[in-house]
Amino acid sequence: MSLLNQTDADVVMTPQNIRTKKLPVAVNLLVAVVALGIGFALTYGASIGTWVLAVVIALILYLVGIAVVAGRIEGRRAARNRMWQALIYAACVLAIIPLASVVWTLISKGASRLDANFFNTSMNNISARDPNGGAYHAIIGTLEQVGIAALLAIPLGVLGAIYLVEYGKGKFANTVRFFVDVMTGIPSIVAGLFVLSFWVLIVSPWFNDGEPRFSGFAASLALTVLMLPTIVRSTEEMLRLVPGPLREGAYALGVPQWKTITKVVLPTALPGIVTGVMLAIARAAGETAPVLLVAGGAAAINFDPFNGNQQSLSLFVYQQAGDASRYAPARAWTAALTLVAIVLILTIAAKMLARRNKLTR
Amino acid sequence: MKLQRSGFLAGIALTAAIALAACGSDNTSEPAAGGNASGAAASIACASGSLTAQGSTAQANAMSQWIKDYQGQCADAKIDYQGTGSGAGVQAIIAGTADFAGSDSSLKDDEQTQANAKCGAGSTALNIPMVVGPIAVVYNLQGVDGLQLDAPTLAKIFAGKITKWNDPAIASQNSGASLPDQPIGTVHRSDESGTTDNFTKYLSKAAASDWTFGNAKAWKAPGGTGAKGSDGVANAVKSTPGSLAYVEKSFMDNSGLQGAKLKNGAGEYTELTPDSAGKGIAGAKVTGTGNNLKLDIDYNATTPGAWPAVLTTYEIVCDKGSSKAALLKSFFTYTSSAAGQASLTDLGYAPLPAELLTKVQAAVASIS
Amino acid sequence: MGDYPSRSDNAFAGGTGVTGRHARSAGTGVSPSSYQEPPIGGGGALPQKARFSMESGFRGLSVAAGAMVLVIIVAIAVFLISKAIPAINADHENFLTFKTWFPNDAQPRFGILALGFGTVLTSVIALIMAVPVALGIALFLSHYAPKRLATPLGFAIDLLAAVPSVVFGLWGRDVFLEPVREFSGWLNHYFSWIPLFGGDGPFGRSILLGSIVLAIMVLPIVTSLSREVFQQTPGMNEEAALALGATKWEMIRTSVLPYGKPGVIAAVMLGLGRALGETIALALTLGAVFSISPNIIQNGGNSIAANIANAFGEANATGRGALIASGLVLFAITLVVNIAARAIIHRRREFRDSAA
Repeated sequence: MSLLNQTDADVVMTPQNIRTKKLPVAVNLLVAVVALGIGFALTYGASIGTWVLAVVIALILYLVGIAVVAGRIEGRRAARNRMWQALIYAACVLAIIPLASVVWTLISKGASRLDANFFNTSMNNISARDPNGGAYHAIIGTLEQVGIAALLAIPLGVLGAIYLVEYGKGKFANTVRFFVDVMTGIPSIVAGLFVLSFWVLIVSPWFNDGEPRFSGFAASLALTVLMLPTIVRSTEEMLRLVPGPLREGAYALGVPQWKTITKVVLPTALPGIVTGVMLAIARAAGETAPVLLVAGGAAAINFDPFNGNQQSLSLFVYQQAGDASRYAPARAWTAALTLVAIVLILTIAAKMLARRNKLTR
Repeated sequence: MKLQRSGFLAGIALTAAIALAACGSDNTSEPAAGGNASGAAASIACASGSLTAQGSTAQANAMSQWIKDYQGQCADAKIDYQGTGSGAGVQAIIAGTADFAGSDSSLKDDEQTQANAKCGAGSTALNIPMVVGPIAVVYNLQGVDGLQLDAPTLAKIFAGKITKWNDPAIASQNSGASLPDQPIGTVHRSDESGTTDNFTKYLSKAAASDWTFGNAKAWKAPGGTGAKGSDGVANAVKSTPGSLAYVEKSFMDNSGLQGAKLKNGAGEYTELTPDSAGKGIAGAKVTGTGNNLKLDIDYNATTPGAWPAVLTTYEIVCDKGSSKAALLKSFFTYTSSAAGQASLTDLGYAPLPAELLTKVQAAVASIS
Repeated sequence: MGDYPSRSDNAFAGGTGVTGRHARSAGTGVSPSSYQEPPIGGGGALPQKARFSMESGFRGLSVAAGAMVLVIIVAIAVFLISKAIPAINADHENFLTFKTWFPNDAQPRFGILALGFGTVLTSVIALIMAVPVALGIALFLSHYAPKRLATPLGFAIDLLAAVPSVVFGLWGRDVFLEPVREFSGWLNHYFSWIPLFGGDGPFGRSILLGSIVLAIMVLPIVTSLSREVFQQTPGMNEEAALALGATKWEMIRTSVLPYGKPGVIAAVMLGLGRALGETIALALTLGAVFSISPNIIQNGGNSIAANIANAFGEANATGRGALIASGLVLFAITLVVNIAARAIIHRRREFRDSAA
């Protein structure tokens, strides 16, 4: 449209004329510098805010400035294009700031207690004025709870996915698939409350003289509820990627379907399944709320997940964050650093594995 | 190949887990390290066995100190105290799942009946006051030291009727202080707590006409900011200029916050010290019978130098028939000894006044 | 909070695209479940179907595992309701309209109104802040950034999603509180005539802080889902727009955004689902006051999930029931939001499949 507008009668169609004029980079930079200058001058001149406000004002000025300048040189549409581009870049920078701040805080505050004592001792016999004390019991708790949850969730999840891919047909399978999706959105605190009302308050009294009892196993159950849908979904996706001819070949050899699934389909999809499982485990390891509700937390080492309160790393962070001792914040941050390290290592390993997976989409 | 890789990863994880499991300790072998020579020096008549207990978080710090000192001397004893909250502690003693319970308030009549029944025929669930925790009023206001408040003013502030620091009611009690025209941000406990219960009890007794919210473990007045746990409250005050809150003394000491002076029944503005807190509880009347030492604290007591806002926490324990009576008696004999009580002062608690301590020791001696 | 959907969900968020169709034909198309019928010819060569074979056993197991999901969802509802009803019956106030929470008194009085208000308010503000930024990043990753930058940046965003919520909560309380307090003071100084920024009380531990922390946590979900959708825009559409002389932004507006709209809506709703259920981060950052006020910068605010974490420790039987009842409300809200989101995705998938 605008091209049509531009075609004046006496314009000769040379390459210079056909190509639209570009805004020189230098002009772009100049606008940015001027905007920043005015922003800071305005903010500090009138003393109405700090550098944050200055940057925000500068961004707005830049957007206006680039619209005007580019509008003159390149035309209205190109100017709008540049404005949106600047906004999109700004969004990116904005998102990096908190990430960087979290990482920096974790490392700078978490490093102070990164010693052998922290990983070797529990909080037993540590009173408010003791500077030492560790997260050993919490790490044990996390490993046991997540381990048991994985033992429960992996077979269930993989079998569920096998049902959806290999056997499931019709309304029931669609319902299951739909609710697996819905289940991924269940808040972890609700899963915790479910296990609280079902296992801790109703089932556990049978084993404990009629008294409800917290346990690491209860936490595992809650984590299972949270892990199950993610494992089903990722496994389902992987199984669907297994080429049909592999199955057909097995059937043609007279191999029954269950054997085809266990001996041909599953091994082929295994790396992808492992990736999904590891992501699910990583997420479960970071859950605090369900552990708080059903495992209760403890100060001493408890190796028995079926009996008595157990700590977990994320709950340890939460409890130390709310502890009176002036040594608690250091413990909280170091535990947070440990937790993030575990979760990130699992996540990164899972993604690496996914990248090597040949069954790509 | 991929299978091998995932197997490899699993192997690493497993090895790490096993390596980790091989080397951890519960700090149990450590003798009473750091802290208190007086407790360690006193010889304890040891008993062996294990106790599980739970209840009040207000006395959790005291308990962990005592347990540490006691276990340091008595290697055969294992005592576990979980700060689950007073309500949970009482429930546990009624259900018989705890050997003793810590509670911020004495057993109510129906609870007493249930607990007695669980203790067995002829046995009573004793309420033994063991830990005195003075409640401090802390504030964060630059340039104002030694703020003085009386109970009605405090009640009005927490009820939201006085909202500015330079309110005439505050200014008249603090002549000379430069009070700013700044809003008062009150902070209270967002979880239920015995501290809130005792503090509101103090307000409702000492400033009955200005505090209409009664006393309860949950904070009932509108407005203010909630924070979880005394630490959360102390943190919130520390990070918010112009705020005011109530916490146990230990939290005031740990956080380095300023404490206000409160006007007591004798009409003097008192500073919070272990001594003034002890005087605050000295006027308490024992309402229980025999060795059941339920206390009724007089918040308007005219004792000179008494800190008016105090919290007593009880140990609730069966006096007869417990299979663990020997260990219970031994442990409480230590906690009610002069050395045991003295070891708490650093933690921000106050020792029991002498007269009451004798009664407590008599009650402990009756456990069999 | 549960979940941001894993990457594997993403394919479906944007409709199945090319891959889904492939997968379907490769996978289920040849499933021989119908082999129960005697084969049409040459059947004699196949082994006789036993009545209790491994086949039926394995099949039964997998059906049971699939059904387990439905069982769990139903069980969650049943058990929460069974524990909630006694508490709600003991309530001396209207559970839905009372504003404070005293379930442990001799006469329990509690209601969900203020908590529900806080939950919705924090989540909505978080989404208002997070969605534009998330869409910006998604567009940057899918259409602006060079591949060398897009891959690590996308990876970093995914890692952001893996950071546990307790860490964000701790960061929000220990680090981010100060800037937010200053910002709130500034807002209050210049904009106190807007009810949102009014008040004169202490600032910082407020709905605003909680919402920003939530926004940071929701950001990666919305980003990665929308990015996936944007990437699946058919190249033909984009090229057609460019060929007509559209600028890059016009191309995005006319081909990418309309194509991705249902996926983006679903992503936003999934983000909303997560924000509604977030517990620990809010328990650490909100001021925990039961009130309904439009003011978002003054200390205060509370949410259903944060209240559960705060009040659970000292709750008695009725108190626990009351908390479970509030959890039931949260469950219902998130269920509705999630079902709506998934319904959008599923309907779109069917539409695309039939069109394909």
